[in-house]
Amino acid sequence: MLKCRTVWKKLAPLARSSSTLCRQNVKRTGLNNGRIPTCVPAANMSTGPGGLGGDNLKYTIMVGAACVGSLTYAYFLLKGDQKRYQERIEEITTRSQRSSKEEAATVQSEPPAVEATQTEAVPESVPEAAPSPEEPSPPAAPAEEPAAPAEAAAPSETTAPPPADEPVVEAPPEEAATPVAAPVVEEEPSPPSEPPAAPAELAEPAPAGPTEPAPAEPAPAELAESAPAEPAESSPAELAESAPAEPAEHTPAELAESAPAELTESAPAEPAEHTPAELAESAPAEPAESSPAELAESDPAPVVESEPAAAAETPTAEPPEPQPEVVAESAADSTPASLKVPSHSPYLLIGGGTASFAAARSIRARDPGARVLIVTDEPDLPYMRPPLSKELWFSDDPSVTETLRFKQWNGKERSIYFQPPSFYINSEELASAENGGVAVLTGKKVVHMDVRGNKVKLDDDTEISYDKCLIATGGVPRNLQVIERAGEEVMKKTTLFRKIEDFKSLDNVSRNAKSITIIGGGFLGSELACALGRRCKTTRQSGLEVIQMFPEKGNMGKVLPEYLSNWTTEKVKREGVKVIAEALVKSVTCKDDKLEIHLKDGRLVKTDHIVAAVGLEPNVDLAKSAGLEVDSDFGGYRVNAELQARSNIWVAGDAACFYDIRLGRRRVEHHDHAVVSGRLAGENMTGASKPYWHQSMFWSDLGPDVGYEAIGIVDSSLPTVGVFAKATAKDTPKAATEKSGTGIRSESETEDTATSPVASVTPLPPVAHKDDYGKGVIFYLRDKVVVGIILWNVFNRMPIARKIIKDGEEHADLNEVAKLFNIHED
Amino acid sequence: MSSVRQEGKDKIIFVTKEDHETPSSAELVEEDPNDPYEERGLILPNGEINWNCPCLGGMASGPCGTEFKDAFSCFHYSKEEVKGSDCLEQFRAMQECMQRYPELYPQEDEKSSSKTSQDSTEESGANSTSASEQDSNTSQPDTESTAES
Repeated sequence: MLKCRTVWKKLAPLARSSSTLCRQNVKRTGLNNGRIPTCVPAANMSTGPGGLGGDNLKYTIMVGAACVGSLTYAYFLLKGDQKRYQERIEEITTRSQRSSKEEAATVQSEPPAVEATQTEAVPESVPEAAPSPEEPSPPAAPAEEPAAPAEAAAPSETTAPPPADEPVVEAPPEEAATPVAAPVVEEEPSPPSEPPAAPAELAEPAPAGPTEPAPAEPAPAELAESAPAEPAESSPAELAESAPAEPAEHTPAELAESAPAELTESAPAEPAEHTPAELAESAPAEPAESSPAELAESDPAPVVESEPAAAAETPTAEPPEPQPEVVAESAADSTPASLKVPSHSPYLLIGGGTASFAAARSIRARDPGARVLIVTDEPDLPYMRPPLSKELWFSDDPSVTETLRFKQWNGKERSIYFQPPSFYINSEELASAENGGVAVLTGKKVVHMDVRGNKVKLDDDTEISYDKCLIATGGVPRNLQVIERAGEEVMKKTTLFRKIEDFKSLDNVSRNAKSITIIGGGFLGSELACALGRRCKTTRQSGLEVIQMFPEKGNMGKVLPEYLSNWTTEKVKREGVKVIAEALVKSVTCKDDKLEIHLKDGRLVKTDHIVAAVGLEPNVDLAKSAGLEVDSDFGGYRVNAELQARSNIWVAGDAACFYDIRLGRRRVEHHDHAVVSGRLAGENMTGASKPYWHQSMFWSDLGPDVGYEAIGIVDSSLPTVGVFAKATAKDTPKAATEKSGTGIRSESETEDTATSPVASVTPLPPVAHKDDYGKGVIFYLRDKVVVGIILWNVFNRMPIARKIIKDGEEHADLNEVAKLFNIHED
Repeated sequence: MSSVRQEGKDKIIFVTKEDHETPSSAELVEEDPNDPYEERGLILPNGEINWNCPCLGGMASGPCGTEFKDAFSCFHYSKEEVKGSDCLEQFRAMQECMQRYPELYPQEDEKSSSKTSQDSTEESGANSTSASEQDSNTSQPDTESTAES
């Protein structure tokens, strides 16, 4: 402000003086009649009143003429473009008919051709191209290509075949580019069918817009690309055009995007195969095929284009047209016709496990006629996992690995599959089923998720759009680093246990091997050890040595307080398992077809097969592409109390790190949690907005003597209070099952025979043996509040335990709380 | 008499039956019957049917889900003397549908209402899943399991 003031002060006098001067001059001039006034202010405005004369006139005329000229030029340009566009459209439609009869000769020719056109098309779109293209074609003159590919890239959104973009980018607009593009393109197509897709994609936007028929000219191709909305973009003029093309480009992009579905259709099985159908597809897509065709082999061109379309990468400008063709094509193309992937599903569930199935059931119950699509990379329909490490091993049936049926606690048999195949409908029928249904797409993995566009991409490049999506991808078993580094031989003799196929292979191994070692002392490791130990005890498999090793001091060392963990380890040993506690594996080698495990303390264990049960790594592959947060403490996707990650995306099951209102943020890897969270996610997907409130439980059985149910946070590092009854012979899981008939024990008939030898070894204590923890309740405390409860050999009291945790009260005397459980009764 | 032992941070108490005979002095928070977060049984507080009840198993979500919902709703709201006598049409439709899926709806269950409990338990009962569901479903744990044939 001060500055202004000073400046003004300085200038003011000058201004005044100059104005005075002017006035004086004018006066004098007027008086002097024609005498040129002196001291005229320096600035002499050319267009001021004083200067109006010939100069001004010339100037005006020039500017005016320039304006008029440019306007006229632009007008004619647009007109010309429009005309060429029309011609091109016609040409393409006729050509598509012709090309559909032909088999694509080479894909390569197409991409180059397409590219050439592409590049020509829109220089401006360069930035857009950036995201998708990958690298492949580095050389070649980028020139305007980026624009073209960018466009293509933009619509295709995800990936689109980067290679395709590359070629496009590479190919310079002129014909010269074509040869360059060709080699470039060729490299690209080779790997996946993606590359062809790319060119096709590019083509697609092009078709959306006007396409220049310009034969043998890349330019025309570009035109096609550039402006669906407006004809303009003709190739040669691309550069000039680029400006107008720009808006056009974006339009095609939009168009392209709006029609993603169709493309997915074609994709499913499609390799970069050129099929007539594809051609047909590409035809509607209208890509600058015509140009490439001209440039290279006309046939391939359309084919190429169709391919990309098939790849479902690029959204086509003409949704309806490609669709039927694609459908026909995919049917003809892909071997399993039933694998046709629907292009849209209102409810999309990624992952086919317990959480996903529970959500599907919940959605169907709350939203009548809902159409639910489950996409899983496993080859099986949804099934439950607990029997894989418990009941299935107790079965007498030798064909259990095929039937996968087990006996429940009440003697009734059932399959591990939640529902038989007739429950589900075919994915093709999903869209048309009158009352909706649940369809399962097996063997397909979701590799990319586009949250803004509400769609996902599968590993075969098909896209599925959704309204609501659930991510229930679970996890993959962790492996020990020492085993991974040990080499192929060791890996072949190692099982990471989680799926049905792992069960089948371990069952097979257990029949042939002499010694199996289980590394891991948690739920899975201990259950498998007991199951295998029992198997070798019950006549069938005598001679099988079962070893279990873990770094903790006892079984379930991270869950049970030390005294109980030690007690449990003794029980496990009685099941016939050789337990090696405090064992850290240093290295594993394969010698003479046997594995040698070297422990850090020097011990050496020789075995035939290893089962690694060292934890689960939550599967968060989609976090990056979907922009979802991953929790650093617990792993898994971070979701809120309603299990929502972002709008329209929920996560449930093992992969969800959720906020438990009562117990804080956690991630739970138990079966019941998968059911509860899956059901809750399903409810919230249908509008319920309920938080995680109903606390899930878990259970484990380790032989006939040890069985427990637990709820809440059960971490051995927390202070605990255990209230035990002096045990009687009636307190075992088996007894509980028989008596109450309502237990949830997972015992089987073989228990009867198995227990006789066992019982003689471990007679149940008659009266209070000080260290015998027959049955009781253990409370886990955090800041004096009960956050976890284990019901030790006490059954059917879970609702009481749930209530205590829900209350979250501080209880002065936990013995009083234990009274609520009536542990002395059955 | 009860004995108390402390092992580090863990406290161990052994109690006899007599020790636990006196009523507990632990106080539990009163339940709110209208808590919106709580899991509900088959019938919601407002009288409607909770189709998401674990007790129904897959009945409301399977291929015959729509027919089942129609029939059961009709039965639920029926005010006839013989409840459900005005719903024969819906029940017939449901039965026809179920006959098309013998795997899912085994034909030994005749009555539609018993079908509900039996099928639900059949599908989800008694095994690990149902165990959790039974636990989750506060209303009918025992009836489920006993109803199971």
